[in-house]
Amino acid sequence: MLIKRPADIVPSDITPRALFDTRRDFIRAAGLGAGAALLGGLQGIAGAQGKRGEKLGPLAKSPFSTDEKLNDYEDITRYCNFYEFGTDKGDPSKNAHRMSTRPWTVSIEGLVQKPRTLGIEEVLTLAPLEERIYRLRCVEAWSMVVPWVGVPLSVLLRQVEPLGSAKYVEFTTLADPKTMPGVRSAVLEWPYVEGLRLDEAMHPLTIMAVGLYGEVLPNQNGAPMRLIVPWKYGFKSAKSIVKIRFTNKEPLSAWSRAAGREYGFYSNVNPDVDHPRWSQGRERRIGEFSKRKTLMFNGYGDQVASLYTGMDLRKYY
Amino acid sequence: MQARASTAAPLGRNARAWTPGPTVFRWLWRTVWLACLVPLIWLAFGAYADRLGANPIEYITRATGDWTLRLLLVTLAVTPLRQITGWHWLVRLRRMLGLYAFFYASLHLLTYLWLDQFFDIGGIVKDIIKRPFITIGFGAFLLLLPLAVTSTNGMVRRLGGRAWQRLHKLVYVVGILGVAHYWWLVKKDLTEPILYACILATLFAVRLWHARRLRAHLAAQTT
Repeated sequence: MLIKRPADIVPSDITPRALFDTRRDFIRAAGLGAGAALLGGLQGIAGAQGKRGEKLGPLAKSPFSTDEKLNDYEDITRYCNFYEFGTDKGDPSKNAHRMSTRPWTVSIEGLVQKPRTLGIEEVLTLAPLEERIYRLRCVEAWSMVVPWVGVPLSVLLRQVEPLGSAKYVEFTTLADPKTMPGVRSAVLEWPYVEGLRLDEAMHPLTIMAVGLYGEVLPNQNGAPMRLIVPWKYGFKSAKSIVKIRFTNKEPLSAWSRAAGREYGFYSNVNPDVDHPRWSQGRERRIGEFSKRKTLMFNGYGDQVASLYTGMDLRKYY
Repeated sequence: MQARASTAAPLGRNARAWTPGPTVFRWLWRTVWLACLVPLIWLAFGAYADRLGANPIEYITRATGDWTLRLLLVTLAVTPLRQITGWHWLVRLRRMLGLYAFFYASLHLLTYLWLDQFFDIGGIVKDIIKRPFITIGFGAFLLLLPLAVTSTNGMVRRLGGRAWQRLHKLVYVVGILGVAHYWWLVKKDLTEPILYACILATLFAVRLWHARRLRAHLAAQTT
């Protein structure tokens, strides 16, 4: 296994967020013209909606982190697929502030010895928080590099002592029509459900993320806790999770239910298996001009390829 | 007999419809010309001011595609609108609207070829063959080409009005292909493609309804 030596400082230490956030104001001040200033004013009004997250820390570094160039906080928080808040990528950042993330509990149940309901505060103190800088590859053929903060999902799952008969883990996310305008439309079946095989869920790369850029996770990115499975297409990493259930049957995920031929249970990033309607061979890294080649298992093959030995990945897409 | 009757306003109510004078029409024409340019100016300005979001290439692709469809539908709305209101002068705006639809379609295609694929010929050819929505979109563009080329007065004369009109019926096919192209590419939320499809269907329905009325009118005249 190739483990790159991580950088000595976590990215959130490099540029203070306040300064980082004003960099565009600086450019604007340098003279982009009256029209740009007008638009900038509008942007400022829109930005005032999002509350600045509180700092999480101290954060442990992880050997799993990539040293690739990070995407901007702005891009990560304003270009989101979170259909509960609308299908446009700008919708979540506009609408997600209505969701309340405190108090928040996640119930862990099913084929387990000791079912439990944990508050978000407990999840935050289960294990030392780690910064995990992962590539995120969306099934729509774009990608980002995101500095998540979280705990290994295995730590959370071990709390309930899974039974030997448990083979899969099903994740159910919040579906509150009062605060989530997208839930009122039937674009998907709500609540959004995702699933992993138990060994995938227990894999050290899989985390429950609670933060971004060293701060509490913004609502539009799946606050207060979301799954991150970096070798799978982004939609597998369910957001705003309220229930985790151990089962012996492969869970039917929301996207498989909606279009099973296009979105399989596994949905591992795979440049050789195209989406029926578009190619998965290349991707556009947000912020870059030309497309780059998509890597098998999103570049995490050394860590996860062994999970799928002997499986026909064209069949189990 | 019939040919002459179909070019004249067939129903008396429409004959007295409002018609702008030459000066008013000139200003109307200029206003529409400028209005059609606004989306492009908006895009160019957005690109310059870094206002196109995290994925500007996707934004440009979507915006040029959206405006192609919208202008195509506006162009297709001219005849039904004329039939309903009797504003026959609208037809004098139609060529400009159609050419603008072609203009945005060209920008849309160019965005795909240049910004999205960066002229990777192998990838483009594979896409056009393998991806149904790209096949359809590309087909629609190819069908628009002869319409744009034959849009000049000279070409209308050279082809003769009848042949020209028959050729330009292709625009209906382009409209259907354009909506199908959009329908086929969205991941799940079909709201907008359905909206465009409904508008297109309504425009077709008005034409059919009018054609039937016209036939009945002519039949009543000849018997």
